[in-house]
Formats: sequence, C-alpha cells, structure tokens
Amino acid sequence: MPAITTAKGHKSPRALVEIENATIRFAGDSGDGMQLTGTQFTNTSAIFGNDISTLPDFPAEIRAPAGSLPGVSGFQISFSSRDIRTPGDQPNVLVAMNPAALRVHLSDLEPGGIVIANSNSFLPLNLKKAGYKSNPLEDGSLSGYRLIAVPLTELNGKALQELNLHRRDADRCKNFFALGITYWLYDRPLEPTLSWIEAKFKMRPQILAANTLALRSGYNYADTTELFTTHYRVRTANLAPGKYRNITGNEATAFGFIAASQKLARPLFYSSYPITPASDILHELARHKNFGIKTFQAEDEIAAVGAAIGASFAGHLGLTGTSGPGVALKSEAIGLAVMTELPLVIANIQRGGPSTGLPTKTEQADLLQALFGRNGECPVAVLAPSTPSSCFTMAFEAFRLATRFMTPVFFLSDGYLANGSEPWKIPSVADLPDIEVRFRTEAEGFQPYLRDEETLSRPWAIPGTPGLEHRIGGLEKQNISGNVSYNPDNHDRMVRLRAEKIARIANFIPEVEVFGKPEGKVLVVGWGSTYGAITSAVEGMQEQGHPVSSLHLQYLNPLPRNLGEVLSRFEKVLVPELNLGQLSMILRSRFLVDAVGFNRVRGLPFKISELQEAIGEML
Amino acid sequence: MSHDGDRGRKGSAVLPLRRRDFVSDQEVRWCPGCGDYSILAQTQKMLPELNIPRENFVFVSGIGCSSRFPYYVNTYGFHGIHGRAPTLATGVKASRPELSVWVITGDGDALSIGGNHFMHAVRRNLDINIILFNNRIYGLTKGQYSPTSEFGKKTKSTPAGSIDYPINPLCIAISNEATFVARSIDVDVKHLSSVLTQAAHHKGVSFVEVFQNCNIFNDGAFKHFSERGVRDDRTIRLEDGQPLVFGRDRDKGIRLNGLKLEVVDLGRGSSETDLLIHDIHDPEPNLANLLARMNYPDFPVPLGVFRSVAKPTYDELMEAQVQDAISRSGAGDLERLLNSGDVWVVN
Repeated sequence: MPAITTAKGHKSPRALVEIENATIRFAGDSGDGMQLTGTQFTNTSAIFGNDISTLPDFPAEIRAPAGSLPGVSGFQISFSSRDIRTPGDQPNVLVAMNPAALRVHLSDLEPGGIVIANSNSFLPLNLKKAGYKSNPLEDGSLSGYRLIAVPLTELNGKALQELNLHRRDADRCKNFFALGITYWLYDRPLEPTLSWIEAKFKMRPQILAANTLALRSGYNYADTTELFTTHYRVRTANLAPGKYRNITGNEATAFGFIAASQKLARPLFYSSYPITPASDILHELARHKNFGIKTFQAEDEIAAVGAAIGASFAGHLGLTGTSGPGVALKSEAIGLAVMTELPLVIANIQRGGPSTGLPTKTEQADLLQALFGRNGECPVAVLAPSTPSSCFTMAFEAFRLATRFMTPVFFLSDGYLANGSEPWKIPSVADLPDIEVRFRTEAEGFQPYLRDEETLSRPWAIPGTPGLEHRIGGLEKQNISGNVSYNPDNHDRMVRLRAEKIARIANFIPEVEVFGKPEGKVLVVGWGSTYGAITSAVEGMQEQGHPVSSLHLQYLNPLPRNLGEVLSRFEKVLVPELNLGQLSMILRSRFLVDAVGFNRVRGLPFKISELQEAIGEML
Repeated sequence: MSHDGDRGRKGSAVLPLRRRDFVSDQEVRWCPGCGDYSILAQTQKMLPELNIPRENFVFVSGIGCSSRFPYYVNTYGFHGIHGRAPTLATGVKASRPELSVWVITGDGDALSIGGNHFMHAVRRNLDINIILFNNRIYGLTKGQYSPTSEFGKKTKSTPAGSIDYPINPLCIAISNEATFVARSIDVDVKHLSSVLTQAAHHKGVSFVEVFQNCNIFNDGAFKHFSERGVRDDRTIRLEDGQPLVFGRDRDKGIRLNGLKLEVVDLGRGSSETDLLIHDIHDPEPNLANLLARMNYPDFPVPLGVFRSVAKPTYDELMEAQVQDAISRSGAGDLERLLNSGDVWVVN
C-alpha cells in the first residue's frame, strides 16, 4: 500500500489513508438489497472517477428462507486509481448483514481484513441457521480480522423514528445505512446515491425521506463514532480522456445490438424466453421500442428462435437470446438457419451446466455446444466478448458478420460479464464501422442460392419484392437454384460450401495480438470473460521478469488467421478456461500444439493468484 | 423458379393474377389420389381472388406430407422444421404485418410435436391463416397413428390398437379463443374453396381444419360420413344466422337442451323455431365448442364456419407499441442512448 497521507481540513480527526485500490463485498439475505447496495457503491465510485470492476453473486432462489446459507446474496466491487480488470481476488472489507452472510463469505476475506457485521441479526435462530454454535462476534473466532460490530437494525430504526414508518419499511432501509458507513470508510461522495433515491422515489416521499436519512445516518455514524481509526481514499484513475458511463455486460450487449440495427438501417427483432442470466437483455431492448425494435417474449425457447428466423426471412435482424439450456432447445432451428442461410444472432449468456446447473453462476462450458451442438455438419460463426465493454463491440460484430455472410452467429457471453460492470468509454456513433444490408431486388438472373464470389453468401431476397418469389427450407438445397435436391454430389458440395463460407469469415476479422513479447517460453491463451484475470496475472508475471505472454480470442470460429503461427512461436501454451478444456481441445486438434489446460468449474471467475500459480508451474 | 416473363415486368406478376400465377415449377410429389391435391388446387384458385400482390404472400410449413405444400405455390415460401411453422410465421407476420401469411400443417405437426406453438399462435390472435390437413395418420413416416387417430386404431406402431384418446383440433382452437374457426373436407371443393376464402378475409388468426384423405395409410377415414349417399344425413353445414338443419330431406335439426345439444326430428313435435340458430359472431366460445364436439354416429359431423369474431391482432398491437414509443419519445437516437445514465468526463 502507498504512503499514508492525512487529508488536511477534514473535519474528522482520524487518519485518511490514501490507497491504490480496494475491494469490498456486500453480503446479506436475498431480500436485504445487497445487489442494489453494491450497484450504488459501483456507480458512485465510477462517477467519482475510479476504475471499477464488479462481481454480483446471487442465488437462483428469489427469496430463499431468511437467514439460510443458500439465501445469501453477495456483490463485490473493486475500485482503483489504476487500470484494473477484475473484481479482485480477496475483499479487504466484508459487510455481513447476517450470520449466514458471514459464514459464506468470510473465507474469501483477506487476512486482517475488515468485517462490518450487523450485530442485531446475530441472534440464536440466525446463528443456528448459519451453523454457528456460538456467536462469532463474541467468541473470538474473528480475531484474525478487524471486526466492526454495528447494531445496524437498531441504529437505523432510531434514525428513522421521526418518520413513523412501519417497522418493516424502516428495516428495509438498513442496507443504505450500511452503505453510508462504507461511503465514509472509503471517502465517497453521497450525491450520486442521493440523486438516485430522489429520482427513484419521487412519487413516494416517505420512502424517499427514509432512504435519504438512512444513508446520511450511516455516514454520520461512522464519522462521529470511534468505529474506525482510519478511513481510506482511492484517487481517481487515469482513464483515457473521454466520456464514460458505468455499464454491465448485458446492457452493453443490448446497446451493441441496437447500434448494429441503427447502422444497418434494419429493425431489430428480438425474440426470447426468459432465462437467467439473459433476461436483462430482453428487459433492456423492450424499453427501446422507439428504435423500431420489436421484442417478442415467446412461449418457449424453440418459438423464440423460430420467430427470430421468420423475422430474418422477412428482412429484419433476427436475434434470440438465452443461456445454455435454451441453446440446447434451439439447436434444430439453428440448423434450419444454417441450411436456409439466413442471418441470425444467438446470444448465449452462459451459466453453470449441465442441465439446469447453476443458473446464477458463471461458466464457459458451452463453447463446444456452440461449435458442434447440432445434427449434421452445421458450421456457424462464434464470437465471445471478453469484458462488459466489449459486449458492445462483439454484439455489433455479430450482426455485421451474420448479415454479410448470411449465417447464424453465436455471441457467447456469460453470467460474469452479463452482470459485472466497468466504466465504459462511450464510443462516438460516427466512429462505429459503416455496415450495410444489401437486399436483392433485381429479378433478372435471381437464384436463391446464387453465391457471392468473395463471401459465398447467398442473396437476401425478402417477401414483398416482386419477381423474387422463392421457397427455402430445411431439406438439402441444390446449389444456385435452391430447389430440393437429394443428389449425392450436390450434398457433398453444399456441405463443403457451407463450411468454406464460415472459414472465409477469417478474412473479415482482425488478426490476434499478443500481450507481451511476441515469442517466448509460455503463451497463455484465453477466450471470453477470463480476459481480465488472465491479462492481470500475465502482466504481474511480466513485471517480475518472467517470459510469459498472452493472447485473448474474441473470435472462436473461425479462429484468427494468424493464430497457428503465433502459437508456434512459444515453447508452451497454457489455456485457462472455466470448463474442462474446450478451447484447448480445439487448439490441440487444429494446430497440433501441446496446449495445457488450467480448468476450474466453481461457478466463479478465475482469481489472478491461482492463474499466476499455474503459469509459474509452466516456467 | 417460375417466371411469367410474358406478364408485366420480367419475373413479376401483376394484378389481376390468375391461378397459374400461383403454380410453381416444382413437380408435385404427393401420392396419386392424395387429398392434398384438392387443397392445393382450391388454394391456388382462391389466392388470385384476394387481390393481393403475389410477392406479399408467404406460405410457411412444418414437416409432414402437407408441409411440402409451399414448394408448389409460387409465392414466398418457407418449409420449416417439425411443429415449428407457427413460430416462423410469427416472426414473419410480427415483423412485417403487411404480408399475407399462411401456415400449412398437419395433425402430427400442429397437434403433437407443435402443439405448444399452435396454441400460442392462436391465443395471441396473430393475423395469419392456419390450414390443418387432418388425415388422422402419420403419412410421411409411413403409417403410425396420430393425435387425431381414433381410439383403438391399429397401425404399425399400435398393432394392438391405440390407447390414446384423440384430440379434437377445433376444440383446441376454440378453447384458445381463436377468432376464426372452420372445418371443411377435401372432397367437397366448393365448400373448401368457400371456407378458405372466408379464412383469408378474416382479420386475426384463422384456423381451418380440412379432413384430408390419405389413400395410402388411412384410406376412407372420412367416407362413412362424407360419401355421396350418406353425407346429407351424417354431416351438417353450419350457416351463419340459420337454424341447424340437416338430413337429405332437411328433416332433422340440432337443439340446445340445457347444456347439451341433441338431434331432433322436425315435424314430430319439433319445428325449426326450436332449433339452435348458428351465430358465428357470438363472442362466447361455448356454443362453438359444443358444435365442434358433435361427431358421428351420435350427431352429424359439422362442416363450415364455427366462429368468426373481431379482436385486435398481435401484429397490429406490436406495431402500435412501436409507433406509440416513437411518438412519445421520438425516433431512437443512438448517440443519446449511449450517453444515457450517469455520464462523466475524463480530461
């Protein structure tokens, strides 16, 4: 930690310590409002000017039994005056609203870290539910940490007494009391949250007053009592100049699709069946109908993809969003879109599998499903964003490629990207790539499967165009004419043409870049949401002088055309993935490299430390 | 591809259209004698009368013998996957409400593998036309029983007889409050043509069940009531505003007795005034459902329009929400969207 400075002129007599970054985790019951509390801390820190990275971690149950271990909901945020890429390996501070939250999250806290606990909830019944035989706030078991036990419920209740609220309503504000304490602890401004409260509860003046009072009281309580001997300041980060906003992966995904629709000048048709963690994309897009977007909540996953394909046939931008189990249901229809060579984007916000798996936890185990999970030889393009911000770029890319190549494109995000957030440098619309849709309108010489020489794509001829009436379908097509054909040679040719069409996308995507020296001992290869942890781990190792580089794939099919050559420049290849080795299987078979996997499937993102350990073993 | 180069612009057909404008260049490959030929012919005859440009028609199908239909009609067509035609049609119609969208399906396609989609397309009142070719058998897979096969039916997959109770497609449509429900039969081309035309003109979902003979795997499935000698006594033509009378001598009728229908002989203490007057515009679906449940031998088999009511359609409501959002917030401004929320500037 950097040198200690005491802020001059601060009314508090206690030390204000300047630190580079901090990580805080809020944990409580599902109904305690921890996600909201974390989001407020995040937005405040982002507006303050820190770099941030977040990790919401919540149960699939909406309200598991109160006080139980499965009902614990957590939100971790790392904020920094430096460029950061992950929500932090170990929190410095744990806010535990009840015993279960403490029990679930304590093991992640750094040794000597701060525990802020709501002592009012450490009652016999709650302790029993959390599996504590004695009260950890009193039995000395937290001696390795700095324990700050605060009677939060009681203090909050007293603070709100004048408002004469029902006790339940008053208690619901205690998360903002806790937030107030952490704002003081990290010297955060109250204004962003105060304005949020004002806007949110405009129509409910009593609730507005209660939340305002709770936040201020928490802050003042920390300021005036001797709870903390020091508090901390994390300076603003040196972000590149520009306009910023905080953005989650799912928001960026929705914005990327809207941007593609605007640039292509074709309306978006988003068709989806609610599923965690993809539903927020549906919610977001449904709010922006004034962009000509139509959102269709279908009766099931199959209907959702079917309607997207129908819309695509009719000339709209057909898009369906889901998670792995939904993709399993959509597979046959995706094959139909491959056969009929229609543009279609399938957004898979991956979660832990198989089957229903871990709905609210992250995983990268649907890569092979995206690549191969259909009957027949059924190639599609596969893209994967690497950060919440890059969800925007890759969503845009998905439609650029889908329309240019008349093909389904997978967009493989995951729960970590979807719900995680970071500051996003807002792009200027003028800087977005110019892309266009060219419908076939000329009847002369029209054939449904006539192919573009460069891309091998067929014409997009939409209903309503005179003279281009034609029929497509799932039966094998005669090349060029598009008539049904069972001819053996034609089938062989069409299978190869469909594969070649996807392979040619490699000429329309960027080459992969190496982070670090272009050759050396170890190359760490990642894809998708592991970018932050891998890059930070490799950067740390490089600073220590180790011969390690990394590269990150956002295009999984086809792979960047220079990938094989880059791999060959390194002695060893390490492939960390949140699965049992799916990309490494592809790399081994495609390039005959001895790729070594580092695999974790714990429903959580990688820690920088565990990656550095794995890299260390390769050196 | 069929291009009628002699008419209007190269490759495009101009109004008024003729039947042959809707005949594609593909060889029809149904078995000789199949009831599908009749439905295809009546459709191709009816389409020009709708006065809709040919390029605005889209025929969508699933899988099965009937689902080859779009290949034979010279319009835009989409031969989909099993049971999913309503989903494709939903995407086409919801995105492009100006198109005339037709779903061609069969008893297995619509009621077995695609039952869910059928139900939801109907209850949403999407402005599409769903024509269900009901032959009460699986033809393309060579003769297994279907969800409309009669109980006890012996087929390759049910050598000891089917133990499935059959589905009544009309009741499914009516219970989901389909706004247009009708039934016809392949052998009565005049009736079929009239029903298809009425379906086409209905705004909202139109569901037409067509009894269709599979002369290979289920020959004569409907002849016990449809043959010339018996059909007047064993079927009843539903006519809007008319009493429910049937019989060769028009001497029998349908009367409502409590919550049940019953057949009465006219002249033996009953007159036409006692009979149920058919009202296709009745907003309540209950009588339509009772009529749909009538079956031979207890009742005559009803043919015609059961129900035709007006209700806003899904596609127009969806379009209206878009237009409403535009008039309220202005057409989407991407720059503004990206810069929404809490924005800060780093210098």
